[in-house]
Amino acid sequence: MIKIDNLKKSYGKNEVLKGISTEIKEKEVIAIIGPSGSGKSTFLRCINRLEEPTAGVISIGGVEITDKNVMKMRENLGMVFQHFHLFPHKTVLENLTYAPINVKGVTKEQATKLGEELLTKVGLFEKRHEFPNRLSGGQKQRVAIARALAMNPTAILFDEPTSALDPEMVKEVLEVMKSLAESGMTMLIVTHEMGFAKEVADRVLFLDGGILVEDAPPEEFFSAPKSARAKEFLEKVL
Amino acid sequence: MFNFEKIVPSIPYILEGIGVTLQIVVGATILGLILGILLALCKIGNIKPLRWFAAFYTSIFRGTPLVLQLMLIYYAVPQVFDIQIQAIPAAIIAFGLNSGAYISEIIRAGINAVDKGQMEAAKALGIPYSKMMKDIILPQAMKNILPSLMNEFITLNKESAIVTVIGAMDIMRRAYVVGGSTFTYLEPLLIAGLIYYVMTLVLSFLGQMLEKRMRRSD
Repeated sequence: MIKIDNLKKSYGKNEVLKGISTEIKEKEVIAIIGPSGSGKSTFLRCINRLEEPTAGVISIGGVEITDKNVMKMRENLGMVFQHFHLFPHKTVLENLTYAPINVKGVTKEQATKLGEELLTKVGLFEKRHEFPNRLSGGQKQRVAIARALAMNPTAILFDEPTSALDPEMVKEVLEVMKSLAESGMTMLIVTHEMGFAKEVADRVLFLDGGILVEDAPPEEFFSAPKSARAKEFLEKVL
Repeated sequence: MFNFEKIVPSIPYILEGIGVTLQIVVGATILGLILGILLALCKIGNIKPLRWFAAFYTSIFRGTPLVLQLMLIYYAVPQVFDIQIQAIPAAIIAFGLNSGAYISEIIRAGINAVDKGQMEAAKALGIPYSKMMKDIILPQAMKNILPSLMNEFITLNKESAIVTVIGAMDIMRRAYVVGGSTFTYLEPLLIAGLIYYVMTLVLSFLGQMLEKRMRRSD
C-alpha cells in the first residue's frame, strides 16, 4: 500500500537517508528500529513530507505523493508524535473533531459522535471536556492517537510514541497501539520498545547510518540478526 | 492655589472629548491589529517580495516620528490627492498605520514562540495553512503576547493626545481650549490627566480579564 523507492534525504552535505526502498502492505505493522542518528525518524517524517525528501518516490495506494496532492495524502495518513503536540487551547474532544470538521467537511454532530466513540475506545471519555494540560503524558498520547484515528486514516505513523513518557505510562499507550494493530490498522512505528516490536510487529526494519540494513520478521530479526551492526545494536539494548 | 470652581461648568465639555479620543483609539486599534496580523504573516511567510515590503513598512513607520506621520496624512494627502480629510479619520489612519508596524513585530515574535510541533501536528492532519494560522497558531500566539499588546493599546490611548496638533477635539485639545478661554490652565490639564489615567486603568482591567479568560486552558 505504501511504496518507498530510493528515498534520500540530506541536510546540506550531511546525508541522513542514503536511498531506502521498501513496501508496506495493508494491515502490516512495521517496527522501525536503530541507533539514535540512524535516520529512522527522518525516514518516517519523509513519508508524509514533514521533511522534504531530497530524492526518491513515495506512493500511497499507487498514487505518488507530490507537492500538489500532499495535503490530501496527509488526510489519510495519521501521525502520532513523541511530544504529542495536542492543541493546548482546545479541549480533548475539540482536538479530535477540529480536523474532521475543517478538513474533511464532516458535520459537527458526526465528528462529535465519532470523537466520543474514539475517546471511549482509548478510555478517556470522561476527559472529553478537559484541556490537554490537565492530562498525564500517557493520557495525552492516547488522545493524540484518537485524534489521528478521527480522520479515519488508512495508515498511522508513530514517531517514538512512548519515548517522552514516564515509565509507568508506557504500558497504557502500548496497549492502545496493540489493540489498534489487532484491529487491522496499517502502522509504521519508530520505537525503542523492543518487547513491543517483538510482540506486535509483522516486520522489523533496522536502520543504521541512513541505510536499511535489515528487513525481517521480528522472530528472525531478534533471534538471528544477519548483520554485524544489528547484532551489536541488539546486544546493547536487550 | 487651585481654583476648580471656575472651570466646573467646562467639565462636561472636556468629558465630551472622551468620545473623540475613544473613536480614534478604537478605530486605530482595529486597523493596527488587522494590519499587524497581515504584516506579521508577510514577515514569517516564504514570499520574498512580501517579506521585503513588510520589513520596509515597519522600518519607515518605526523610524519616523508619529506626529510627523499624522501631519503628513492630514496636510499632505489633501494636497497630493486632492481629497478632503477630516481630523478624526486622519488620526485613525495615522495611528492605525503606525501601530500596525509595532503590532506586527509583537505578533511575529508571538508566532515564532509557538511550539513548532503545533504546526507539524496541523500539517500532519492535512489542515490548510490559512486555517492552521487562524485556528491553531494565532490563538496560541495571541495568548502569549496579550500583555505586550495591551501595552501597545495603552500607549496608543495616551499618545492619541497628539491629535491636538491637527485640531481634533479630543480630551487634550478641549482641556487646552478651556484653559485658554478661562485663563486657567492648571486645573483643566489636571482633569484631562485624570481622565487619561482612568481610561488606562479601565483598559488594563479589561486586559487582565481577557488574559484570565485565555489562561483557562492552562
